[in-house]
Amino acid sequence: MNYQPDTKGFYGDFGGAFIPELLYPNVEFLRKHYLEIIGSESFQKEFNSLLQDFAGRPTPLYFAKRLSEKYNTNVFLKREDLNHTGAHKINNTIGQILLAQRLGKKRIIAETGAGQHGVATATVTALMGLQCVVYMGKVDMERQAPNVARMQMLGAEVRPALSGSQTLKDATNEAIRDWINHPEDTYYLIGSVVGPHPYPDMVARFQSVISEEMKQQLQEKTGRDYPDKIIACVGGGSNAAGAFYHYLDNKKVELIAVEAEGLGLKSGHTAATTQTGSEGIIHGSRTLLMQNEEGQITEPYSISAGLDYPGIGPLHAHLFKSGRGRFMGATDQEALNAAYELTRLEGIIPALESAHALAALGKIELTKDENVVVNLSGRGDKDLQAYIKNLSDFEKD
Amino acid sequence: MNRIENLFQNKKNILNIYLTAGYPKLNDTVEIVKELENAGVDMVEIGMPFSDPLADGPVIQHSSTVALKNCMTLNLIFSQIQEIRKSSDIPIIMMGYFNQLMQYGEEAFFEKAAHCGVDGLIIPDLPVEIYSETYNDKVKKLGLDMIFLISPQTENERIRLLDEASSGFLYVVSSASTTGKISNMEQEKSYFERIQKMKLKNPLLIGFGISDKKSYDTACNYASGAIIGSAFIRALEKNGSIKQSVHEFIKTIRP
Repeated sequence: MNYQPDTKGFYGDFGGAFIPELLYPNVEFLRKHYLEIIGSESFQKEFNSLLQDFAGRPTPLYFAKRLSEKYNTNVFLKREDLNHTGAHKINNTIGQILLAQRLGKKRIIAETGAGQHGVATATVTALMGLQCVVYMGKVDMERQAPNVARMQMLGAEVRPALSGSQTLKDATNEAIRDWINHPEDTYYLIGSVVGPHPYPDMVARFQSVISEEMKQQLQEKTGRDYPDKIIACVGGGSNAAGAFYHYLDNKKVELIAVEAEGLGLKSGHTAATTQTGSEGIIHGSRTLLMQNEEGQITEPYSISAGLDYPGIGPLHAHLFKSGRGRFMGATDQEALNAAYELTRLEGIIPALESAHALAALGKIELTKDENVVVNLSGRGDKDLQAYIKNLSDFEKD
Repeated sequence: MNRIENLFQNKKNILNIYLTAGYPKLNDTVEIVKELENAGVDMVEIGMPFSDPLADGPVIQHSSTVALKNCMTLNLIFSQIQEIRKSSDIPIIMMGYFNQLMQYGEEAFFEKAAHCGVDGLIIPDLPVEIYSETYNDKVKKLGLDMIFLISPQTENERIRLLDEASSGFLYVVSSASTTGKISNMEQEKSYFERIQKMKLKNPLLIGFGISDKKSYDTACNYASGAIIGSAFIRALEKNGSIKQSVHEFIKTIRP
């Protein structure tokens, strides 16, 4: 089984570029040149130096002693939460902004749900002195007002997506429409391993620094460069793609992807795409998505705005269908409990997205001699409101 | 020869009007098409409302949202087209997104469309390569035309490829935009001239941003006619009967 896309961008049955002809010249140009550009020595040098000095990499691989005792295993946390701007998102935006610069683009557009990718994009456009427009669902702008303010402080224009359900899927539609309307000067900086080829592969490559570092850090800490299990949350799936990337072909490593079940699989309020979705096209990619029998894309729900996406990247759809990945879900409540637990046991407040990955620890069989890496994709400052609101319930239990 | 090819052989300055099925009201589709035909419109493009229409601007997005709230379905569109066919031979194109076909079943969709009297299809997010490899034989066998789009950014070599894969006509997008943006037709003259000079296999219709008599006339100078969508949808939003809205609007294009 091959886990890299073919030249047309297909991972098995999934991927490709199902885009209006108006986008073809831009996407085709990217497809032809992205590997050559990001593989060049000058690109790699600049990328690595910004990851180190600007983003703060490498991020630590932390042995969580008390958490390990609780689950009777060895839990390592890959601390993506310690990146500049508070999540793994910056790895990708640094990579893509360097690419956009080399393509001579002056105007950057992006979509954002919770605002994390929007902030990471506004950060690198400020760094490079480029114009930045971020599309964000009107509903999300209200839910995530502090991140709107951060983007504006960084000099970005935040435009409300007023169409459809006014959340991430609609913000992505608006960004794609903007690109159709500005094909010459604009670069679309996608935030996850979604969209038309080559975006899923490109974003996975920029995020693959996560598992690249893990290999070396595990070698030092455990004497072996691979763990038994890697657990990561999946919305679109960029942090999971990065955490899995260098282990895709190593069958000794179990890859566990955790989706947001929201209020529960049967509640009608969920974002668990593999469990409730079917094959189709979303945002230019053939993949698994949540839709009705007419092919109308339905609105997902999760307490975590970063997992609130009705599709998953084509790599993940392929991992799911081929059986290489183990997909499971965590509900809002399970994620909240896992977040409180990590806070009290290890003194780390995780993002609600990452809390879904942590929740899997209580739902899988673990043994004492196993090494488990949980990708702690982001920090929880942005979720304090939800945490404070639900804390008393947790303390009562 | 199907209805589209017949039309292009016999008429110039073709006016093709886009409407969203199920908008403004669920069962307005049949009446709108009949009135368009009465008003002298040559061809209609019936949009299948979709939740995430990437190539469409706000006006058509809104009409799609309303049509979906009205509970429009593909089977209902097909039965409306069958109703139209009882009394009309106007060429009919269906326009929609590939995910809708996938969920219906691509082959079943093509068969049903042909059976109901549809003449051509526009599926903007179906890549020409995948179409040619997988669906062309079936579509051609059923006598349906597949119409592809080109834009000012499309390179000549690719224009030839899209022309080769198309039948009926080639859809010339007037400028780099989603539907419904007023385009500066004067500015695009060199692009239209370039396409004209290529002597393509298919006749051309210019669409996106055609909204009034002036832009329609300009399009007719460079192509076999034009397609109007958003401006017509906006006209339907006005008060008054469908008959009145349709005839008033068409009069502004062809006085």
